[in-house]
Amino acid sequence: MGFIRWLANIDRRIIFVVIGLAVAGPLLVPLNLPPVTVTSQARAIYDAVEALPTGSTIVVSFDYDPAAAPEVHPMALAFLRHCFIKKHKVIIMALWPQGAQLAVRAISEISSEFDLKYGVDYVNLGYKPGGAIVINLIGTSFAKAFPSDINQTPLNQLPLMSKVNNLKDVAMVMDLSAGDPGIPAWVMVANALFQRKVAGGTTAVSAPQFFPYLQSGQMMGQLGGMKGAAEYERLVKHPGLGSRGMDSQSVAHAVIIVFIIFANVAYFALRRKTPSGGPAAAGGAPPPAAP
Amino acid sequence: MRRELPMIVAFVAGLILILQFFIPALRDVSESVQNWVIVVAAFAIAVGAFNLLRVNYMKIRFRRADWPFSVVLIAGFVVMVVVGLSGLDFVREGGSAVPAAVGAPTAATAAAGAPTAGTAVAVAAAPRGALTVKLGQGIEVGTVFDWLFTYLMFPMSGTMFALLAFFVASAAYRAFRARTVEATLLLVSAFIVMLGQVPLGSFWVPAWWPFFLTPDWLKDKIMEIGNTAGQRAILIGASLGVVSTSLRILLGIERSYLGEE
Repeated sequence: MGFIRWLANIDRRIIFVVIGLAVAGPLLVPLNLPPVTVTSQARAIYDAVEALPTGSTIVVSFDYDPAAAPEVHPMALAFLRHCFIKKHKVIIMALWPQGAQLAVRAISEISSEFDLKYGVDYVNLGYKPGGAIVINLIGTSFAKAFPSDINQTPLNQLPLMSKVNNLKDVAMVMDLSAGDPGIPAWVMVANALFQRKVAGGTTAVSAPQFFPYLQSGQMMGQLGGMKGAAEYERLVKHPGLGSRGMDSQSVAHAVIIVFIIFANVAYFALRRKTPSGGPAAAGGAPPPAAP
Repeated sequence: MRRELPMIVAFVAGLILILQFFIPALRDVSESVQNWVIVVAAFAIAVGAFNLLRVNYMKIRFRRADWPFSVVLIAGFVVMVVVGLSGLDFVREGGSAVPAAVGAPTAATAAAGAPTAGTAVAVAAAPRGALTVKLGQGIEVGTVFDWLFTYLMFPMSGTMFALLAFFVASAAYRAFRARTVEATLLLVSAFIVMLGQVPLGSFWVPAWWPFFLTPDWLKDKIMEIGNTAGQRAILIGASLGVVSTSLRILLGIERSYLGEE
């Protein structure tokens, strides 16, 4: 009975230690689990990029911060890699203050794999506050929202931007988002007002809320959390941080499931002992001992 | 007038942004209003930064609870602002760069009138060349700003978000108990989604296992049907709330943004 009670009320510090080991262990010693199954949402983004004519222009908006980077940054790398493999042109912008710096890092991490020329193959317009208002402005003219790029170079001096006036000249938008402003703003403005294809990459905790946009066709695809990143890495055949993280996520999920099973076994065992219910049955503190 | 003026501004700006969908002649005015929004948002960031400094300064001055954290906050704030605006970097000239410095002045440095790239202010002899402090190097990879961002900001922010995993695990253990039918449904759904979300979920499935009983397939259906229906209901409810709140602001009924109760 004592063990069952302990099982029903395991100290949370024990849970923290076990989860810590479950996450860190597979990062240190990879388990080499089979690759993730690619969802239709990730496949849709990949197919759309593949189907674009070479040299198409894609907007990639870095709307996340370092907190969400472990999940979203691998998506950014995989998606940019795919764009440059297909020789598409990329316009980078940010609706989050730290997004511009994360974009600088992302480009630097993959630039050695490609012969990229700034201003020709990609531009970084930097951060602009205003959220949906900024998207609305670039719908009519990029220069209205971003008179110059992150290096203060006027847009008309950048060869890539001389061919792109507004969102209508862009083939698709990929929003890498961790909150607001993010995917809803792009869907409501870039898709609804300017009929651009919008795809999104977001944290696992945010991904479920965008399924209505997927079903209605307002979003063409979505990458959700580290698994989404791993899926895209698999599609572009370049395993990276997302794929490496899936071992940890697998073990962590398994550990959580085991804890939940423990809790329920203990719950039912205690409820059988105390049929009337009460704190013990609920897994709470044991009832006070009879005098 | 302190109350009426913001209400008039909100009413006129809101009306222009709504009417521009129906009156094309208002598009130019609407674009101007939208540009003002960007300017106001930029000022809001400045006001927020000033307020952050003020609140934490007062905390230190009056030695309120946890005031040492405010010292750390202000120190971090000052270091990032100074390094970011000045574009400070260390370059080893005549040898290998430590760290490499590339890039052009940022908007921030230009706005602040910071010296341009190549303004050497100090030189120290070193075996591999002179270590030079340069200003106006921007925020490119390899600069001091980027170093602070990558090796301090990045891991610390990631750590804070990663704590969620520990709390979710602890909360799941305590909350997911099959007390009622609804709780059991939630429990089963959580099991399937957690298994379907990772390779381990399909690892054990034998070849003869029916596809409609695999965690992958079941997870997709839960997300596409049950989750989508629920999320859509929330979305429609929230959107109706946004519409009604917007109307209340335009009509001057909702005044909480003016600091009123």
